[in-house]
Amino acid sequence: MSAALAALLICVAGGIGATLRLILDGLIKARIRSSYPVGTTVINVTGSFLLGLLTGLAMSQAVPQQWQLVAGTGLLGGYTTFSTASFETVRLIEDRRYVAAACNGLGMLIVCTAAAALGFATAHVVTR
Amino acid sequence: MRDRPRPLHLSWSNIAIVALGGAVGTGLRYGITLVVPRWAGVPIATLGINVVGAFLLGLLLEVLADRSLDTGWSRRIRLGVGTGGLGGFTTYSALATETAALAITRPGLAIGYAFGTVLLGAAASIAGIWLSRGHLRPALVNGKNRR
Repeated sequence: MSAALAALLICVAGGIGATLRLILDGLIKARIRSSYPVGTTVINVTGSFLLGLLTGLAMSQAVPQQWQLVAGTGLLGGYTTFSTASFETVRLIEDRRYVAAACNGLGMLIVCTAAAALGFATAHVVTR
Repeated sequence: MRDRPRPLHLSWSNIAIVALGGAVGTGLRYGITLVVPRWAGVPIATLGINVVGAFLLGLLLEVLADRSLDTGWSRRIRLGVGTGGLGGFTTYSALATETAALAITRPGLAIGYAFGTVLLGAAASIAGIWLSRGHLRPALVNGKNRR
């Protein structure tokens, strides 16, 4: 795969990832009537696990590097989002919901990092 | 009688707008990570992207929060630039994966990178909202009323 084709595929995959985020967030919001941003949390935790898994698989040569870029940097990068999570945390602070804000800010960080580590560990077990 | 409108997340035009914005945002992020190397082991490209994206999203959503600016175009901009563009530009999966990988060899740096991103991101969101509320939105609303 040429570098230009890889860059194009990364962009297309990012568009698909953002679309998946829009649809999944909409479906979750329609089912769970909560002012806590459950949708963004589910999206970021699942995306972090999958990127950890993919990165782990690529490190053990199970996935070619350019496909790691398309699926990881493109699809999962477009699927997960930091800006919305940060904005929603500030909204919770403005509403004086400090515990919810701490969960959305620091809690999400810890859970997503743990999910990525679990992805690494899963890749390690699968490729052993 | 009109049919009940499709939910926002299932309308084809909205999906197309978000996909286009997501592709542009992801392309910009990929380009930046190609040209900005790590600094002292810290993935400063992802850090900068996430903080700048949080600032811009705060600015954008707070501008569009004014009802008098709420038109069909405002929704398209929110979806295209906000959900698609800035959502695709910023990334949480890279933040989490880089932190988990960094934690194996340099746990202190990993903690600093992760918490630093979230704290700077929150400060950037607040700055964007504040700038929009105090300056940008009043200027836009006044400009619109004067016409």
